[in-house]
Amino acid sequence: MNFDDVPLWIAILVSAVVLIGAALTFIGALGLVRSESFYQRIHMPTLGTSFGAIGILLGSAVLSSFAEGRFIAHEVLIFVFVSVTTPVTLMLLARAALHRDRVEGSKEVPSALVKPSDQ
Amino acid sequence: MSAMILWWSITLAQVLLAAAMLATLYRLIVGPRAQDRVLSLDSMYVVAMLLLVTFGMRVGTVIYFEVALLIGLLGFVGTVALAKFLMRGEVIE
Repeated sequence: MNFDDVPLWIAILVSAVVLIGAALTFIGALGLVRSESFYQRIHMPTLGTSFGAIGILLGSAVLSSFAEGRFIAHEVLIFVFVSVTTPVTLMLLARAALHRDRVEGSKEVPSALVKPSDQ
Repeated sequence: MSAMILWWSITLAQVLLAAAMLATLYRLIVGPRAQDRVLSLDSMYVVAMLLLVTFGMRVGTVIYFEVALLIGLLGFVGTVALAKFLMRGEVIE
């Protein structure tokens, strides 16, 4: 693709958005390494699937629109699929892990919230 | 000028995404349990999809975008099947 025809402000905007998205995805993956228990770790990939994906896909859509000279927004499809399927899969995985931990009597199961009426 | 800015920023984004993939690979290898490995596999396909989108931005073809769309469509099926397997011990009952 010939990037020289792209206006400078579009180039700066796309660069910033893509870098923010990649950095958020990296922070999420780093959290996957650093968190202590599985129930903390399961929150981490959502950083990449929400704003990491928004950043990179928005940058791609804007760049291809300005390089081709017409409005292109195929990337919305990817974002819709990812943002719809991620909560479902992570909830299924969390329930499977909770089932396994409860059967084994593991200490990692997060304790239930104490209701104010019980105190 | 704008070509240089875009080239460097996309390269840096690809380096960051590759580092994110290495982090998920570490969790995939170290574990410690099966659900951690499934979770890291799930986040790894998302990172691979975003990496393919950045490759497509650099080259300018639609092929990379279509592959990323396929991964986004079908990638979650593997995680759902593995979560079902962890829950019940079999995928199709």
